[in-house]
Amino acid sequence: MAWDWEKLQQQKNARQGGSPPQVDDVIEKFKNMKGRFPGAWIIITLLVIVSIAYSMIYKINPEELGVIQRFGKHVRTTDPGPHVKWPFGIETLTKVPVQTEQAEEFGFRTIQPGVRSKFSSDSAYLEESLMLTGDLNVAIVQWVVQYNIKDPEDYLFKVRKKKSTLRDLSESTMRLVVGDRSITEVINKRSEIADQAKLRLQKELDEAETGINVTTIAMQKTTVPERVQPSWNEVNQSQQEKEKMIYEAQKQYNTVIPQAKGRAEQTIKEAEGYALDRVNRAKGDAARFDSLYQEYTKAKDVTKRRLYLETLKDVFPKLGKKYIVDSDQKNLLPLLNLGNQSSATGGN
Amino acid sequence: MKPLTILVVILIFIGILGVFGFSPVYIVDETEQVVITKFGKPIGDAIQTPGLKFKIPYYTATVFPKNLLEWDGDPDQYPTLDKTFIWVDTFARWKIVNPLKYFETLNNERAAQSRLDSILNSSIRDAITSHSLIETVRNTDRQLEVDIFDSGMDGTKQEAALDKVVTGRAKIARKILEQAQPKLEDFGIQLVDVKIKRLNYSDEVQRSVFDRMIAERNQIAEKFRSEGQGEARKIEGDREKEMKRITSEAYKTAEEIKGRADAEATLIYSEAFGKDPEFYSFTKTLDIYKQSMGKDSSLVLSTDSEFMKYFKSYKK
Repeated sequence: MAWDWEKLQQQKNARQGGSPPQVDDVIEKFKNMKGRFPGAWIIITLLVIVSIAYSMIYKINPEELGVIQRFGKHVRTTDPGPHVKWPFGIETLTKVPVQTEQAEEFGFRTIQPGVRSKFSSDSAYLEESLMLTGDLNVAIVQWVVQYNIKDPEDYLFKVRKKKSTLRDLSESTMRLVVGDRSITEVINKRSEIADQAKLRLQKELDEAETGINVTTIAMQKTTVPERVQPSWNEVNQSQQEKEKMIYEAQKQYNTVIPQAKGRAEQTIKEAEGYALDRVNRAKGDAARFDSLYQEYTKAKDVTKRRLYLETLKDVFPKLGKKYIVDSDQKNLLPLLNLGNQSSATGGN
Repeated sequence: MKPLTILVVILIFIGILGVFGFSPVYIVDETEQVVITKFGKPIGDAIQTPGLKFKIPYYTATVFPKNLLEWDGDPDQYPTLDKTFIWVDTFARWKIVNPLKYFETLNNERAAQSRLDSILNSSIRDAITSHSLIETVRNTDRQLEVDIFDSGMDGTKQEAALDKVVTGRAKIARKILEQAQPKLEDFGIQLVDVKIKRLNYSDEVQRSVFDRMIAERNQIAEKFRSEGQGEARKIEGDREKEMKRITSEAYKTAEEIKGRADAEATLIYSEAFGKDPEFYSFTKTLDIYKQSMGKDSSLVLSTDSEFMKYFKSYKK
């Protein structure tokens, strides 16, 4: 017990002289050190000054603004450059990158940006991009909201979760705009949708005092769900087929008709040829007859006889069998059996 | 003890008190508001201005956020008035406007969120189930532009299929807000707005919608194809007609030309031969003899013929 008591007493003494005396000791030691090393106090003073200066002087980069709060209360916002503030948490600084362009992606994520950016699979963010159109169809819409901070005080103080507020508002706004458009408009009038969405989103962000300024809404893919896609392609394909069928028919037309025209021309030319032939022959025949007739009129009988005999002279030798029947012979029937055996009976 | 030592001791003491919440000074941030309590009972008004504040050391400063807070609803399936099941995902933004009431009724944000859940979810259910699908999708009565081929057979079909939009999504959201707000006033909460974030068909409905979209497209594709066939047939018809026209016109012209020639020839012949038809018959007949008689012809001549009369007798 006595031993314990003694120890407690010792501890008590130690505590009494404890922390406060320790400070005295430290100061005392410094004083001693001052005696031993005259430079020590100077070094300590310098250290203190440097640390105060470090806490007081700050620099704002060109793309930022500095928001200063004194004991939590916003007192001033400083422009880029070096500035001074109260040290040790009396005034705190928050740098807000107002010039920096930031982006939020909806329906997809850029995994690796670059010349050939890599994008994550669409299905992973299908929830974000799937939306109903005004004609109650389903569309896939992907977009990017680019923004910067226009009001650093609002941005810092007015809204707790800026990013999720921006995302939620972007999604609801885009769906509101798409909900008032047909699927065809969603696919074809992307820039109009982007403009509308930007206007509405900016209004929403201003009403919520987010301090965010939307610079652009860039539409990415706007399409129909994967399962419906083939049928949409089929429409394009059928359009092509339609054109093809028309072209085929036109081609057929264009090959056949000129040919027919040619043939028609041919027919007409042939008819013209026939006409020339016919008329010329007629003229020829007429001329020939005419000349003959002229001569004939001069000596009708003789000419007739001559013509008759000349013809017979020409014709007679060329004839095959010749039968001469006496004018008194009445029954010609045996002779009518002509033909191959005629030679046998010929003599008769 | 020296004065310097005393100062250091006081500062450390205040520091220790501060750690345990017994500090007489506290800082209110721009984004915060504070309710001062004494053994859990609120003392005075809430502190809603930022800066360095003082209090009696054993009073407690409870900090609440002053800025805009978020509420994100869980997506849930509701039937619309026209019995279509849809997934609705909503979000809301709210503020603690009366920190004292908030402190007394809810005390912490977890409690606030669950209160918001129950009040908003029932408001959303009421709003969705009392409106038709089109009202929740569309916002205004804006005339939709559809492709000419989208409208099917007649252009008015598409418009007739969609009912008129009376309320629209934004107004439905406002109705939710108006219904929920009075219930939240007792908790010192102001609902700033409620919005429908996502709205999708339930899986089953979505499947049938996809089927409809596919059928619609197929019909359009079919329309294109038959249009193509129709156009092609028309061109084929034109071709056939043009062919007939060209051929028949050529025939007509040719026959006319031939006819004229025949007429002319006839005229020439008749003019020439008409001078002596008998002589013409004579010469022409002789010509025919020359042309038609040959080796294969057999001739039976009577001796009283002109040619043979001398054969029988030189006398007449």
